[in-house]
Amino acid sequence: MGTFIIRRILVAISVALTISIVSFMLLHLSGDLATSIAGPEATAEQVEQIRIDYGLDRPIVNQYLDWLGGALTFDFGRSYYYQSTVVDLIVDRMPITLTLGGLALALAVSIAIPLGVLAALKRDTWVDRLALLFAVVGQAMPSFWFGLTLIVIFAVTLQWLPAAGSDGWQHFVLPAIALGYYATPAMMRLTRTGMLEVLEADYIRTARAKGLRTGSVIFKHALRNAIIPVVALAAVELGFMLGGSVVIESVFSLNGLGQLAWDAISRNDYPVVQAVVLIIALFYIVLTLLADVANAALDPRIRTR
Amino acid sequence: MPLLDVKNLRVDLPVEAGTLHAVRGIDFHVDRGEMLCLVGESGCGKSMTSLALMGLLPRKARLTADRLEFDGIDLTTLSERRRSDLRGARMSMIFQEPMTALNPAYTLGNQLCEGVIRHRGVSRREASERAIYLLERVGISAAKDRLNQYPHQLSGGLRQRVMIAMALMCEPDLIIADEPTTALDVTIQAQILRLLRELQQEFGTAVIFITHDLGVVARIADRVSVMYAGEVIESAPTPALYANPGHPYTRGLLSCIPAPGKTPPGSRLQAIPGVVPSLVGNVEGCAFRNRCPQAQPTCERTPPLKSLLDDHQARCHFADQSVPAPRQPETMS
Repeated sequence: MGTFIIRRILVAISVALTISIVSFMLLHLSGDLATSIAGPEATAEQVEQIRIDYGLDRPIVNQYLDWLGGALTFDFGRSYYYQSTVVDLIVDRMPITLTLGGLALALAVSIAIPLGVLAALKRDTWVDRLALLFAVVGQAMPSFWFGLTLIVIFAVTLQWLPAAGSDGWQHFVLPAIALGYYATPAMMRLTRTGMLEVLEADYIRTARAKGLRTGSVIFKHALRNAIIPVVALAAVELGFMLGGSVVIESVFSLNGLGQLAWDAISRNDYPVVQAVVLIIALFYIVLTLLADVANAALDPRIRTR
Repeated sequence: MPLLDVKNLRVDLPVEAGTLHAVRGIDFHVDRGEMLCLVGESGCGKSMTSLALMGLLPRKARLTADRLEFDGIDLTTLSERRRSDLRGARMSMIFQEPMTALNPAYTLGNQLCEGVIRHRGVSRREASERAIYLLERVGISAAKDRLNQYPHQLSGGLRQRVMIAMALMCEPDLIIADEPTTALDVTIQAQILRLLRELQQEFGTAVIFITHDLGVVARIADRVSVMYAGEVIESAPTPALYANPGHPYTRGLLSCIPAPGKTPPGSRLQAIPGVVPSLVGNVEGCAFRNRCPQAQPTCERTPPLKSLLDDHQARCHFADQSVPAPRQPETMS
């Protein structure tokens, strides 16, 4: 298990480095940075001045190494737009995104897994069909629309919860539901499929032949095996929710990372864009690593591979 | 009183084409400490019979029986909860596929111990001690270390030994072994077979041994019941069955076995021509008649179970007569 984890960490580090190079290069390939920072009305002299001020006249390898060296010490430079360092901006925004993503995942998992198990156990009954309907609706409904519907019902009409902002826990309820529902169907259906497959397995028959209680057969013997692919999916979905919740953050006016990235892109605020891309990539890498370790903990066959 | 008493057991499965009568009214009994062998080819209902005894039939299957008693307990009316108290504790099962019968996610120790902890309420340590004792008893070395191993770290033969140990954990009165050696290679088969016989005699456990192999495997049993198309067509103490088979199907099976020294090398092995009839819908008359070399017009009627010598019965119109001459092949014009 120890060597397994070390091997996975080394892979994760090299992936992170690759992503940092790619994200750095993409920005520099997307056009002349000095021109876009200076804006359309700038003179050629001003553009040249900016090029020198921001160090954009140096060889690209040097620029990258400088940036990477800074990134390793959490120094991503200053934002071109806000009067603060990139790190401060991110530290400011990250808790909101993490809270939203964490809540949404917790909600999604706690609905998807029991519902998936239930649908598998009650296969082809009305329970199963209802669960399927719930999943199809969740997959088909655009999350911004669902978010707006929640606002209309719970914030505007019933006035139970606030519609916008991020000051207290109440502000996270509706966005977490909107984002969580979006993540639920895939996990639920994977749980259901996994359970149906595992329940047919010979070792389930063995467990029943031992006279084990139904709960033990279903949760100890079946769910443990059925859940393995769901863990990997949950990690990817959490990564998506941390990096891609721009829509939900806009709908509920939450100033999270997604919102920050969106603003930074539209304002050509390159240091922020680079840092956010790198951080979101790191989220994915860390989550994938955690999912691998969780999978190895769940499935002993993976450990020895 | 026999340990297990089965009268007119039927198992029906709904299929698309109608109802599949997998088991069509079989009778048998198993005494304490006895080894009964159920022999038959694939699809004869022997596995369905074992699942019916364990109460592990597929959910859609329908079971009926005039009598299905285990140690005086009527299994047909037992609630699922009471049934699960018996399973693994007083009757346990060894399956055909050792490669897939163990849960890949748990250690052997965990899987060996959970049954006895559930049924006998013993501590984890006591359960582990029993597991170690039984693993050693089934011939597994370094038994203590094995408890922390996972199924994928063991070969098929070893896994089947673990399954046998697992079946013995609660000292059951009856073990149902459903083709436990079929998936193993020949040398391992012989070892496992010998082991089962030894343990059965040592622990005084009754065993129902299910196999398609009338050659080697069935000889270890005290009695043999031959199944064909969902029925028991012959039942006898092992020596009597081999010495004086009463049903043409049994004779056919026996003639399929190459005998060392008798069957000339390179000669063609015997086979029973034809195929097993479909068990969907009702089967009229003798189910074997379309493959039987001795079939007569009488065989259109369902044959009665005829008693031969002591405890030897066969379901054939001619079981108690000398073997009639084979039907003359119809002349071809």
